Amino acid sequence: MKFKKALSVILLSGVLTVGTISCTSKVSDADLKVKVETAVGSNPDVMVEVEEGVVTLSGTVTTEDEKRVLETSAKSADNKAIKSVVNNIVIRPIETNTDTTDLAAKVIDATKDFPSVTATVNDGVITVTGTVEQTRIQTLKQSLDALNPKKVDLSGITVN
Amino acid sequence: MALIGKYKVLIDTARSSGISDLQVAEQEGVLQIRGIAPNADVKNKLWDIYNQIDPNFLTGDVVMNVDVSTAVAGSQVRVKTERSNLNIRKGPGTDQPILSKAAKDEVITLISRANDQWWLVRTKDGEEGYAYAQYLEPLG
Repeated sequence: MKFKKALSVILLSGVLTVGTISCTSKVSDADLKVKVETAVGSNPDVMVEVEEGVVTLSGTVTTEDEKRVLETSAKSADNKAIKSVVNNIVIRPIETNTDTTDLAAKVIDATKDFPSVTATVNDGVITVTGTVEQTRIQTLKQSLDALNPKKVDLSGITVN
Repeated sequence: MALIGKYKVLIDTARSSGISDLQVAEQEGVLQIRGIAPNADVKNKLWDIYNQIDPNFLTGDVVMNVDVSTAVAGSQVRVKTERSNLNIRKGPGTDQPILSKAAKDEVITLISRANDQWWLVRTKDGEEGYAYAQYLEPLG
């Protein structure tokens, strides 16, 4: 009992000490927000909120790396004042062209030099059949991939 | 996630080759890869690796669209047709009349990128027109 009492006194004094120290260097949420916003840079797609030292990041980025870097930058804005960082950033999906009319028109240009193939477009998927020389299959695939389709199906191609 | 394992060497190479704005994501069973290579060599290396993993690209589980950062207005580009001459057209489209031709391996000037598929170019003879971007390899 005595020991417990002593311990609580020690703990309490510890709390008081910590409390006093943190009071002198207390950073308001508003100031912290400015610090974090500066640290994460000027990305208009990323929002910063701070509540009682907890930073919440939201918005969209294009890569996993970007999301991770932003979280690290936010944390390092003020290691003492920031309690934690909640990373709610969403990774935007890679855009594909699902406009059949537009994609089909581009496929005509891309396959113009491949008279022995037939290409069809359906919901962003380009399906190619026919024959292609071994040395030219990469050119064909590069041309079609450059159109940002959902998929390029060459399984019906005979390579010779 | 299985595709990320299958194409691990390709993804790791892309990450370590200075590709900027690299995006890699499996969407609807296809590994989508986007980015900008620092030069044509890096782009070619990625395509070689892709071809090794999936010979002749027949599986269709990757769409890789890698641009080259040196392909900017005023830069030199090499004609990389298989053997034939490259058509220089009046407008951006194969339905446009042919104004001129550039020989295989000829180095011509990129004036501007009309869109991802068609670039406005100037030949050695000073002829200007549109060429299909896939047959132009940025130098430098």
